[in-house]
Amino acid sequence: MEATKDTAILEKKAKKIRSLIIQMLDKAGSGHPGGSLSATDMITALFFSVMRHDPANPHSLNRDRFHISKGHCCPLLYAVLAECGYFSKDELWKLRKLGCLLQGHPDRRTPGIDVASGSLGQGLSVGLGMSLALKMDKKDYRVYVLMGDGEIQEGNIWEAAMAAAHYKCDNLCGILDYNGYQIDGKTKDVMNLEPISDKWRAFGWHTVLIDGHNMKEIVAAYREAESMKGKPTIIIGKTIKGKGVSFMENVVDFHGRAPTKEETDRALKEIGE
Amino acid sequence: MAEMLYQRDVYGKALVELGKINRDIVVFDADLSGSTRTSLFAKEFPERFFNFGVAEQNMMATSAGMSSCGKTVFVSTFAMFATGRAWDQVRNSVVYNNFDIKIVATHAGVTVGPDGASHQALEDLAIMRVLPNMNVVVPCDGPQTREAVMAAANTRGPFYIRLGRSKFLTIENKGEFKLGKAQVLKDGKDVTIIACGIMVEAALEAADNLGKKGISSRVINMHTIKPIDKDVIIEAAKNTSGIVVCEEHTVIGGLASSVDEIVSENCPAKVLRIGVKNRFGQSGEPSELLKEYNLTAEDIEKSALSIVS
Repeated sequence: MEATKDTAILEKKAKKIRSLIIQMLDKAGSGHPGGSLSATDMITALFFSVMRHDPANPHSLNRDRFHISKGHCCPLLYAVLAECGYFSKDELWKLRKLGCLLQGHPDRRTPGIDVASGSLGQGLSVGLGMSLALKMDKKDYRVYVLMGDGEIQEGNIWEAAMAAAHYKCDNLCGILDYNGYQIDGKTKDVMNLEPISDKWRAFGWHTVLIDGHNMKEIVAAYREAESMKGKPTIIIGKTIKGKGVSFMENVVDFHGRAPTKEETDRALKEIGE
Repeated sequence: MAEMLYQRDVYGKALVELGKINRDIVVFDADLSGSTRTSLFAKEFPERFFNFGVAEQNMMATSAGMSSCGKTVFVSTFAMFATGRAWDQVRNSVVYNNFDIKIVATHAGVTVGPDGASHQALEDLAIMRVLPNMNVVVPCDGPQTREAVMAAANTRGPFYIRLGRSKFLTIENKGEFKLGKAQVLKDGKDVTIIACGIMVEAALEAADNLGKKGISSRVINMHTIKPIDKDVIIEAAKNTSGIVVCEEHTVIGGLASSVDEIVSENCPAKVLRIGVKNRFGQSGEPSELLKEYNLTAEDIEKSALSIVS
C-alpha cells in the first residue's frame, strides 16, 4: 500500500476510523469501544504510514505482520482493514452477527487476520513466532503486536518478552496501549504495572515512551524501532481510553459496552468526520 | 526375544529424517530436549530448533505465529505440561486456528515411575480429544511411533501424539498403519479387547491366557483416538459379547469414553474399562504402578471373563 507521510492526512484518517468504530458498535449492539478508540491513532499510523502490506494479497509471505493481542479491540482493526480495502465496508455492519466475516473477537476467516486472538496474553508469543520465522527465512519484514495494558498482567506476556530478547528479535515491535484502565477500574488500583518502562528494559527491550495520540511522535517511534538492532522494541503509548468521544474518555463503563442510539449520534457529531 | 525401544528415541530420529526432506519443519522444546530427544534434531539443524526454557505457554503460542508463516512446527515437552500447563494456548492459538502444529508429548501415564503424580499425565487424552480439529494418536510401540510422526507430518492440521517414558515391546505383525483406522491384531468371536499405547502388549498377553481357557478374544490396537475408527467398534459390539477397553489414562474422557460414545449411539453393548479410576498417580517403579492401578494382563483377563461368563 502507498504510505502516507503527511500527519494531517493520518489525523483525518484516524477520525474516519473512530467514526467507523462507533457506527459498527452501534449496529452490533455490543463490543469494546474504549480500548479501540485509545489505540486508534497508533494503529492508523501503522497501517497507513509504516507497514508494508497489500490488501489484495492478504496471505502473501512477503509483507510486514500485525497481530492484535488485545483481541477485544478488533472493531479498531476491522475499521482499519476495511478502510485499507481488505474487505467491503458493508461487512462492518454485520459485526458479531451469526455467520458474519467479523467475529466478536479476531478470527482467521477475516482477510488481514493471520492468527485469532481474544484470550489475553498470547499475542506477543504469536508475534515472536512470526519474527523467528521471518528471521529464519532471512526476510526483511517486521512484526507489530498491539497489547493492552491490563493484558500485560498475564504471565505469558513476560515469557514471550524474555524469549524475544533472548533471540534478539529486532524485527519485532510491541505496541502498548497504555490507557491506564481495565474492566474493573484503573490499572494502578487493580494490579499496578509501574514502573512499566523499567520492566521492559529489564527484560532486554528497547523502550520508546510517547504520547499515543500525537501522530508525529507515533511515526517517529516506529522509525526508531526500525533502526534498533539486536533487541526488540516496545512503543509505550500513553493514551486516553475512549479518546475522541468526550463522554467515553476515561469512563470505564465504555470498556465493554456499545453506545446507545443517542450516544452514537452525539459521538459521531463530536468526531465530526 | 522381541525388540524393546524407547518411543522418544524413535521420535528424535524421525524428526531428523523429516528435517532432511522438508526445510519447513521446525522443532520447539521447553528445556526437556534431552528427555524428549528433540536434541537429536537440534544437533542436526540448530537454525530450525528453538528452546524456550521452562515456559510452555509461550512455546505453544509461539508455534502458532511460526505456523502462520508457513512452517510445520513439532512442539515437545512432557505430556503433563504440553496439555495441562498450556491448554488455553493449545486451544486458542493452535487448534482454533487449525495450524499445522504437531504436539508430540512424552512421559505420559503412570509408567513415568518414580517422579510421581505431578509428572504422570493421566488426563491428556481427554483434554486434547475434546478440541475440534485436533487429531489424537497413541502409538503402541517404537516402530509405530515413526509411522505416527510421519503420518502427522504428511497430514495438515494439529496433532497430539502421546508417547511414554519407558521402553515399549515392539508388537509384531500389526499390518499397515493408517491414520484413523484401527489394527485388528488378533481376531476372535467371544470378547473384544480394545487398547492403546503400552496397554496393547498387556491386551495381547491377556488374549493368549484367555485362549488357553478356551475363550476366543479379538484384540484391537486403537492407535488413533481421534478421528476414531467407528466401524471396528460397532462391528465388535455387534459380533462379540462385550468390549474391554484398556488405556494408561483416567477412564474418564479418553479411549474408554470414545468407545462408550460409539457403542451407546450405535449398538449398546457391555463395555468394561481398564484404566486409572479417579485417582492421581504416585511414585514407584513402572511395573509396580501398573499393578497398583490394575493395568495388567491379569486385570484385563478378569474383565474379559466377567463379560463372557
